[in-house]
Amino acid sequence: MSDTNSRIAEIVNGNDVVLFMKGTPLFPQCGFSSRAIAILDHLGVEYASVDVLQDMEIRQGIKSYSDWPTIPQLYVKGEFVGGSDIMMEMFEAGELGQLMTDSAVKQA
Amino acid sequence: MGMAAADIEAMIKAALPDAEVTITDLAGDGDHYAAHVVSPTFAGKSRVAQHQLIYKALGGRMGGELHALQLTTAVPN
Repeated sequence: MSDTNSRIAEIVNGNDVVLFMKGTPLFPQCGFSSRAIAILDHLGVEYASVDVLQDMEIRQGIKSYSDWPTIPQLYVKGEFVGGSDIMMEMFEAGELGQLMTDSAVKQA
Repeated sequence: MGMAAADIEAMIKAALPDAEVTITDLAGDGDHYAAHVVSPTFAGKSRVAQHQLIYKALGGRMGGELHALQLTTAVPN
């Protein structure tokens, strides 16, 4: 496992909910990241975020980590959930809220 | 920069010949698309796996040449 991969694994496994995104929750730098944050805020869960624009290694590494070519990427309890399209579909179907409840994720 | 909607559709259909593909050019700029793909191949696969099939069909362009593709997938009724 490369250094970057183990750094990513540490972040993913060290936070119940973590979003790899462009920018920060207050200042998202991309519409897709902005949409992902809006969904998490709406669900009212506590989450960590990683700004991939501040770290080129993670920006590249996260794409191979889950074999997923785009950012944002959401992880819950160490599992890759999806990008912003999947988050939106799951949110609208009530599945994302259910996943957070089932995972006993802390409310913000 | 960007790709033509017809190219995106052709690449998806080359990988998934049974797919019905609907592409919408969201901004009219040839760079922001939405794709809705319906295929029996998706049956029994997770959403992540369904999207990964499409990303593979696009051969690494996703996240690069093709920045903004909103993707939704479904199994035919």
